[in-house]
Order: sequence, then structure tokens, then C-alpha cells
Amino acid sequence: MQIDRFEKRVLMISGALVAVFIFSMLYARSKYNDLPACIPFNKTYTEPKVTKLDDKTYQVFAVAQMWQFQPAQIYIPVGSDVDFYLTSKDVVHGFFISEKNVNMMAVYGNINKQTVKFDKPGVYKITCHEYCGTGHQNMQAEVIVNDPAAR
Amino acid sequence: MMTENTNANQNALSLGDWQLSPWLKRIIYWELGIPLALLSIGIYHGLMQVIYRAGVLHQSAFAGLDYYQGLTLHGVINAIVLTTFFAVAFGHATITFYLKREPTKTLTLLSFWFMVIGTLMAAWAMLSGKASVLYTFYPPLKGHPLFYLGTALLIVGSWFPLFDWSRLYRQWKRENPETKTPLAVLGTLVNFIIWFVCTLAVAYEVLVVILPWALGYKPTVNVTLARTLFWFFGHALVYFWLLPAYVMYYNFLPKLAGGKLYSDMAGRIAAFLFLIYSVPVGVHHQFSDPSITKGIKLFQSILTFGVTIPSFITAFTIAASLEYAGRKRGAKGLLGFFTKLPYLDTDRYLFAYLICGLFLFIFGGLTGIVNASSELNNTIHNSAWIPGHFHMTVAGPVFLGIIGMSLYLYQTTSGKKLFMSKVAVIIPYLWVIGILIFSTGLSWGGLIGEPRRTNLGLTYLNPKSELFTPEWVPTTMLGLLGGIIMFIAGIMFLVVFFGTMLKKRSAEGMLTFPVSEALHDEKRIPLFDKFKPWLAAMAVILVIAYVPAFVDATKNPGPGAPRFTPDNPVPVQTEQPSATTTTGLTKPLSFNKN
Repeated sequence: MQIDRFEKRVLMISGALVAVFIFSMLYARSKYNDLPACIPFNKTYTEPKVTKLDDKTYQVFAVAQMWQFQPAQIYIPVGSDVDFYLTSKDVVHGFFISEKNVNMMAVYGNINKQTVKFDKPGVYKITCHEYCGTGHQNMQAEVIVNDPAAR
Repeated sequence: MMTENTNANQNALSLGDWQLSPWLKRIIYWELGIPLALLSIGIYHGLMQVIYRAGVLHQSAFAGLDYYQGLTLHGVINAIVLTTFFAVAFGHATITFYLKREPTKTLTLLSFWFMVIGTLMAAWAMLSGKASVLYTFYPPLKGHPLFYLGTALLIVGSWFPLFDWSRLYRQWKRENPETKTPLAVLGTLVNFIIWFVCTLAVAYEVLVVILPWALGYKPTVNVTLARTLFWFFGHALVYFWLLPAYVMYYNFLPKLAGGKLYSDMAGRIAAFLFLIYSVPVGVHHQFSDPSITKGIKLFQSILTFGVTIPSFITAFTIAASLEYAGRKRGAKGLLGFFTKLPYLDTDRYLFAYLICGLFLFIFGGLTGIVNASSELNNTIHNSAWIPGHFHMTVAGPVFLGIIGMSLYLYQTTSGKKLFMSKVAVIIPYLWVIGILIFSTGLSWGGLIGEPRRTNLGLTYLNPKSELFTPEWVPTTMLGLLGGIIMFIAGIMFLVVFFGTMLKKRSAEGMLTFPVSEALHDEKRIPLFDKFKPWLAAMAVILVIAYVPAFVDATKNPGPGAPRFTPDNPVPVQTEQPSATTTTGLTKPLSFNKN
């Protein structure tokens, strides 16, 4: 089959573009936040709490429910790595920390996990971004990093 | 530069006008008219949403309709009812016109009534506020059972024509074994095969997973499995919307522009690539979901990039066809052809609708590649970026193709003159301006953390609320401005369409299409004229892409979820257990738990 020379060129350009997309995706994977991890369900993740593993490593067991997150305020020191474990007590909720590219769905009977480093002090809002009923727009929590009044 | 290729064997087809049987004509009119009438509700709620989101209204409901109820109506009417009805009507028209055969009356009527009754059921559930679960209806949020049943009926109704058209196609093929299948027929069949395969998953989700649970027969539901089944359908759905527009781009746009289709083979390759790639990519909507491993997400992300190839092919082929048309009209220079196209020609108003859609799709496609990238998804998933993207695709080529072709089909087959033809040709440009402002606002808002599907006016954009977020004021204002322009364009279209309907017939109506000849009409290559090898490839890729995802979705989750209504954190109680419930026969039906 004779391939038109313009078509040949455009095929090559498209192929190269797709290669660039795939490369940038893999690059982002190693450089920034990775995707949420797949964790089989386990009841211990369904109790809201914050645990300190060591000075720089924290675990947050977050529970989303209509229409709040628990814990609602999370205090951590600057420079910490935080593992967020997330589940839902009822419907599907979202868990979005925009500035840190943390983005997870909270699903009943499922555990979601994402790890993020907070290297700048500040108050990071956690917003619910999946419609979860009439009080959806009130659902917000915060991560307070190195707050002077921190406990 | 471009030479005419004369070994065309497509001339074997005679593509003259066709007089539709009166019954088929009527069905097509209803299938175009019903969803366009409902569209008035759909775009009204679109307007209300930008008003709420911009913080103009700080209420949960206005004029008796709740924000999330309106969001459900907007999504279901515009994205499912309108698109499905149109695809069926347009399919009837293309198949009849190109194969010169009409579908069976009984099956066509059956399909029509299934779709109408299903739509009425779902519309009743949504309008009475019993199914404000948005168009993705994620369990364990429970809608009214008639909402699920209605959508299932609508979908099943849209399957029937495929069986009928395949029969007509095989009949035609037996009579013309050596003639290339007309590209429009190929596109229509590919589209409905994609639709049939992907809707099997949602039919299973609705009929087997959700309905028994929503009715209270099954106590719990596996949410991740339901989500995975939904997106198996949900992403292929967007190609079901898009492919009719592609059929118009390949088959009609070059002729409308005054030229020829650059390559007919490119269109065939694009259609078949859609066939094998468009279904097995749905997991890219679940990059932020639990219970599906990263490996599957990465694999499906790369498959999704595969779907960009047919779109690149189309972008090139159509641009080359337009360039050819422009040069034939005397254009000079590299990009001079842009100035020689019939943008405001009222005799060729369909051109304006198609070119505007094509222009928007450039941005829609580029933002889509961001969504497809698993890692970049952490930045934009479920943020306002997503509606910013899909309004440039669904409300771009898809919507403009649908309304332009609805008008064209009605006007030509009825033999009426266009009502306000000067307005009709301006509408798509107004729409483009609206969409570009609107989507800029949403995409930008998404990048700075604005969530989608949220009544921002109640809290985040209410200065009296402690959640007030002033950064989102400019972005939502852009959304409001663009939304108002889109609303005006939408209303103008409805005026033109229904105004044309009220006009008197001035000529004999015929089914006719601006059929484009191919500039490079390649010889028939059997591989690109047969469905079987491609269907086999589709099946293989589907199995590889989806079996692991379904295994994950059933293996990793814990307990299933009970039923919740949108206004109450306490699960809906199942009826008192009694001795007879084990058989499930004497258990009462419970509809009214909302």
C-alpha cells in the first residue's frame, strides 16, 4: 500500500507526541505524587486517628461521612511525610488537597492510600469533590502544618 | 501538490436523493424533536448551575428546583437522552441513504417506544426529586428504581436498530461484495457496535447489581464493582457521542467546504481504531479509586493514549481536506485556505456547525490527554477542570454536530425553508465564544482547586460562610459569563429549529446528504472492509484490559454498602425480616423510601 508522504509525516508526529505524553506521565510518577495505592479492606483503617510513626512520618486514618471528615483538623510538623488512609462510612466522597495534588475517592468498604510530603508550613484545605448528598458543599477539613499553636 | 486519483470504484454506488417512507420520516422527526424539546430543560439547568456556582444565589433550591436535581437533569437530558435519540435518528438516515434500504417498521417502532417510555420514567423520577443522584448514579446513593429502569429501557431501545442495520448491511454486502462499504455506513455500524458492547456493562450494573439492591431485595452493593461497570460504559459512551460527528466530518464537511475528502482510507482506519480502543479505557476515570492496582491504571492510561491516534488521523485528514477546498477556491500561502471557507454561507449552514465543533475539539482533545495521564490526574480529578474539558468535547463537536444535523435533516426531508437563516448560521460562532470563556473559567478554576458537582454558591462563594474562598470568584465569574452566552445561543437554536417546524412546506422533502468524494480513493483492501478481524481484536484487548480490573474490584473491597438517600446519613432500612423473605416472593415492593 502506497502511503501518502504527508500522511506518513503526520503519523510520525502523532507517534512522537504520544511518546512524549507517556514519558511525561512516567516522569511525573517518579518525581511527584504517585497514584493512590490499592489496599485490601481491613477494619482497622475505619477508625479515624492520627498516629506518629517517627518525627517525620505520620499516618492519618481519615474517615469521610455525610457531611464531614474525621479527623477534621490534622496537626503535623513541617517536613513530614504523611500517609493518608481513607475510607467512607456511607456514600462515595472525594478527598482533595489541591496544592499537594492529593486526590482520592472515599468508598464504602474500600481503603485508599496516598503519601505526601508537607515541606512548607500552612493550612491545607481538604475538600470533598464528589457529590455526596444535600450537605456536600459543607464538607471540608484541614491539614495544619507547623502551626505555632500546634499541640 | 495534490493530484486527482481517478480509479474510484465508489462510483458503483448511486447516491441520489431518497424519499423516506412517511412512517420512517415521522419517527425520525420525533426522535429529533423529543430530545430537542427536553433540551430546553437541560440548558435551563445549565444556566442555573453557572448562576449558583458564581455565588449569585446562596440557596440550595430556586424556583422549586434543587441544584443537584438540576445537575442530574442537565447531565441525563443533554448527555444521554439527546445523544442517544440523535444517534439512532442519524443512523436511520445514513443507513437508509447510503444503502438505499429502509429499516423494518416493527423494530424501529419498538426501539422508539422503548426509548420514549424509558425517558419518561427517568424524567418523572428526576423531576419529582426522587433521583438526584447525578448522571453517574454512583451507589450507595440510591435513586428511585424507575430512574434506573428508565435509563436501562432507553439504552436497550437503542440496541434494536443495530440488529436491523446489520441485516441491511449484510444484504447489501451480498449484492455488492467488491464495493467498498460506504464510510458513513462503516462509521455508523462501528459506533453502534461500540455502544452495544459498552452498554452491556451498564445494563448488567443497573439490572443485576443496582436494581435488586435499590428495591431492597439485596441488602448491600459492591461500590467499586458498580463504579468499574459504570466506567466500562461511561468512557465508551463519549465515543458513541463523538462518532456521529466524525461521520459528518469525513463524509459531509469536505463537500460543504467545496472540496474533497483527502483520504477515505484514513477514515476507515480511524473508525476501526475507535472500535478496538474506545471501550477498554474506562479505568482512567478511576485513577483516584481504591481497590484497583496501579499497574492496571497505568496500562489503561497507555491504552487511552491509543485513542488519540484516530483523533490525530482525523485532525490531519480533515484539515487537509479543508486546505484542498480552500486552494480550489484560490487560496494562497501556507494557511491562506482558512480565509476561503464558507463560514457564513446560509445555504451551507451545516458547515458553520461542523467547523465550530472541530475548532473546539482541538482544545477538548488536548485537555483530554491530561485527563488520560494517570499521574497528572492527581491534579485535576473531579475538579472543575473536568467539566471544562468535557464541555469542549460534548458541548463542542458532539453538540454542534447534533443540533446542526438535526436542523439539516429536518429541513431537507421536510422541504421547508430555514426559519431565520442568518441567525442559524451565527449560532455556532456565538456558542464557540461562550464555550471558550466558560471552559477557560472552569479549567483555570480546576487547577486552583475548585471542585466540580458542588453548589459553590451555598458555601465556597458565599461571603457569609466560613468556607468562603475568594480565589474562585474570577474563575466562576468567567463560567457565568460563558454560560450565559451559551444559554442564549441554545435558546436561539431552539427558536430556529421549532420555528422551521412551524413553517409551510415549500418544496418536496428528500433525504439528501452533501456526499464528499475522496481525493485519494484507494483500492478496496479487504481488511479495512471487514468487521470480523477488528471485532476479534476488540474482544482480545477488552479481556486483557478488563479482567484484572474486575478481579481487583471484587477481591479487594470489604463489606458491601447499604442504601443511602441524598438527604440522610442513616441508611435506608430494609423491611422487617419475616419468615417468607427467604423465598423473596411475598416481600412487599418498596418504592417510596425517599
